Amino acid sequence: MNPAVVNVIRNLESTTMKRIAALLAKELLLETRQQYSFYGLLLYIGTTLFVLFMAIDQPDAAIWNGLFWVNLLFICINAVAKSFLQESRGRMLYFYTLSTATEFLLAKLLFNALLMIMMSGISLLLFTFLLGNPLQQAAPFVGLVLLGGISLSLVFSFLAAIAAKAQQNAAIMALLGFPVIIPQLVLLMRLSSATFSPLLSVTWPAVGLLVALDALIVLMAVILFPFLWKD
Amino acid sequence: MKKSWWKILSAVLLVYTVVAGLLGPVPTLPLLQETIRNLYFHVCMWFAMMILFTVSVVYAIKYLRSLDLRHDIYARNFAVTAMVMGLLGYATGTIWASYTWADPNKPLINSFSTIARDPKLIGAAISLLVYGAYLILRDAIPDIDKRARISAVYNIFAYAILFPAIWILPRILPSLHPGNDGNPALDVKNDISASMRIVFYPAVIGWTLLGVWITTLKIRMQLLTDKKLIA
Repeated sequence: MNPAVVNVIRNLESTTMKRIAALLAKELLLETRQQYSFYGLLLYIGTTLFVLFMAIDQPDAAIWNGLFWVNLLFICINAVAKSFLQESRGRMLYFYTLSTATEFLLAKLLFNALLMIMMSGISLLLFTFLLGNPLQQAAPFVGLVLLGGISLSLVFSFLAAIAAKAQQNAAIMALLGFPVIIPQLVLLMRLSSATFSPLLSVTWPAVGLLVALDALIVLMAVILFPFLWKD
Repeated sequence: MKKSWWKILSAVLLVYTVVAGLLGPVPTLPLLQETIRNLYFHVCMWFAMMILFTVSVVYAIKYLRSLDLRHDIYARNFAVTAMVMGLLGYATGTIWASYTWADPNKPLINSFSTIARDPKLIGAAISLLVYGAYLILRDAIPDIDKRARISAVYNIFAYAILFPAIWILPRILPSLHPGNDGNPALDVKNDISASMRIVFYPAVIGWTLLGVWITTLKIRMQLLTDKKLIA
């Protein structure tokens, strides 16, 4: 290819990257400025787990696993819901002049994935602390939790965008998202149940499938978001 | 007359399905016995459902490309008919399962929890839930153009995420349902005997065409109601 063309493409790429980085930085800055939502989430995890702690003290592995994933699902809805709902119409118009739809979306997805990785880690810690630790193979489970957190955040971020455009609250997001997420959640639960036994091992092709599904979600979101973004 | 050849074909094929399906030769298999004839009805419902959902998504894509409200009406009505087909698939499946899967020594209701956990039933339930959510999302948005756009986006997103998952899930989870190794529905070539295939293929086409026929009637009514909006 012509070196000049390559240069132009590289420039374009760098500006796209820069814009995504700037949008991500803006999200992080907002999060540190408006800490109520972050602490709100922490409190949400804490109280949920405390209620579970009161209800059952040492659940056996299958129940622990089920509770953990359901808990993660609800945390995700709360964590991700505000990402698009917080943007007012005027602010969206402003972003429209600054960046493309894809850049805006990718920044949101990245931020939500980071947030969910953090929240999954925290809830895993609290789970082992309050409800006991039935895990026999910790490392694969932690890996699955991070992967699951990312999957959940990706799906619900896009649905949050839909809910925001429909001028609805987080309830419709949950309604839209639950059926879509069930297959992935079932897969994650199945895979992670292997880590509660010292003999079973996690089936890697299934992990590959989950990663492929994540890639598909990002792809679909990138393709479809421009239609949501234009008003 | 020229245009309605497929309606006649549908009626002829369905008459053939019912007559040949109830009278034709079938292999005598243990457990299945004469219930095997349900294949011409139960399996065809799911085929028709999948095909009609796919048509609905195609119209959703067409809507996003053209922004022609007519395509939105098409997408919605195909989804509704597909849901009806899915419910009929459940009804026929319930009858079938009650003679083959259920424990004959216990009341039917006791077998429910084991049967309902089957991955194929979960997959079917999820797809009905997704399109239920699709209809609710539509009703939640008052503005017509916005409703069409957002619901088209959800339709495409949900379909793209859901259907790969439904095709993958049964390969990983254990199941009683036929077609376990690899194929999520049924291995038509190897699972169905030649004498049944000559009824099964026409039955699939006949039921699908009937679904399309019902949908076109609904679409025509809707187009007349919304005449002023579309013109």
